[in-house]
Amino acid sequence: MPLHFELVTPEKLLRSEEVHMVVVPGSEGDFGVLEGHAPFMSTIRDGEIMVHKTAGGTPEAIRVEGGLAEVTTKGLTVLAEKAG
Amino acid sequence: MASLKALKIRIGSVKSTQKITKAMKMVAAAKLRRAQEAAEAGRPYAERLEGVVARLAAKVGGADNAPLLLSGTGKDQVHLFVVATSDKGLAGAFNTNIARLARRRADELIAQGKTVKFYTIGRKGRGVLARLYRDQIVHSDEPGDLGKLTFESARAYADDIIARFQAGEFDVAHLFYATFKSVLTQEPTEQQILPVKVPAKAVGDDTDGGAVMEYEPDEESILADLLPRAIAIQIYRALRENAASEQGSKMTAMDNATRNAGDLIKRLQIEYNRSRQAAITTELVEIISGAEAL
Repeated sequence: MPLHFELVTPEKLLRSEEVHMVVVPGSEGDFGVLEGHAPFMSTIRDGEIMVHKTAGGTPEAIRVEGGLAEVTTKGLTVLAEKAG
Repeated sequence: MASLKALKIRIGSVKSTQKITKAMKMVAAAKLRRAQEAAEAGRPYAERLEGVVARLAAKVGGADNAPLLLSGTGKDQVHLFVVATSDKGLAGAFNTNIARLARRRADELIAQGKTVKFYTIGRKGRGVLARLYRDQIVHSDEPGDLGKLTFESARAYADDIIARFQAGEFDVAHLFYATFKSVLTQEPTEQQILPVKVPAKAVGDDTDGGAVMEYEPDEESILADLLPRAIAIQIYRALRENAASEQGSKMTAMDNATRNAGDLIKRLQIEYNRSRQAAITTELVEIISGAEAL
């Protein structure tokens, strides 16, 4: 089962896709989110989100600034002021 | 009756005015589409953020240590009116309507013995308000082209307003802008932005599919981080609505102007044809009577 990942900025919905794993730079340390992660909310520090499309593949880095990550049963949503 | 030459010049000038208003209408239509798209694109973020704020505020809001931005100063003596308009005119009653709503609300509050201060974004709104409340305007800014406004500038306004709030300059802040309903109607709107109003829906549900949500660092810190952002997004949203409203209003105004110019041209053309005909008739009569005299 893939993880549903959304990246949203005030300007637009940047990403909405199924991925394998996302590593988020949380304000208290990086954390990886896979499918089935426990509900969780964290502020994030300015840095890069690593999006792993497939297991073992090369991750894609997306720079984000000023944000918040929310994990629910529906997937991971990252709200960022700036991204790209 | 005006001379033929004068009429011709007049028709020419109305025609070129019509060309300009027609072009402005088409520009407004193109900009409107873009503004609407931008307003739509910003919706997912605003909705999600609102949801998170509502949930957190419901948890933390009741506590004594609730953030100042949420609980407010406990007074409502000094009100700050953030009046968002545009820098440019030629957009029908767009700017006037927003300023009029702000003025009406200000007069109501002043009648109740409250103090009202103004924070204007947009030159046109300032122009109207400065005539009546010159000394109460604490800050005014000219955002330029509303369609090109980024989230950063909204954030800058929000930060400035929050700093003033924390310095105790005012107790309640209201935001005035025009909601875009359709090309024909833009509704002047008032919205309270400070203290942050918690949306009534979705309150109290802290579980997600039976599991309890974990927070990192903790609810209070996340909320403190989020509130300024929530205010910024409200301002951003309002400015986006304004951008669409301005173009909608401009389009309608320019459409009317083009039609008026068309009517005017028609009337002038008839007058021109009549005078021309009259001149020809007179000439003919002259020639005929001249020939008869021979």
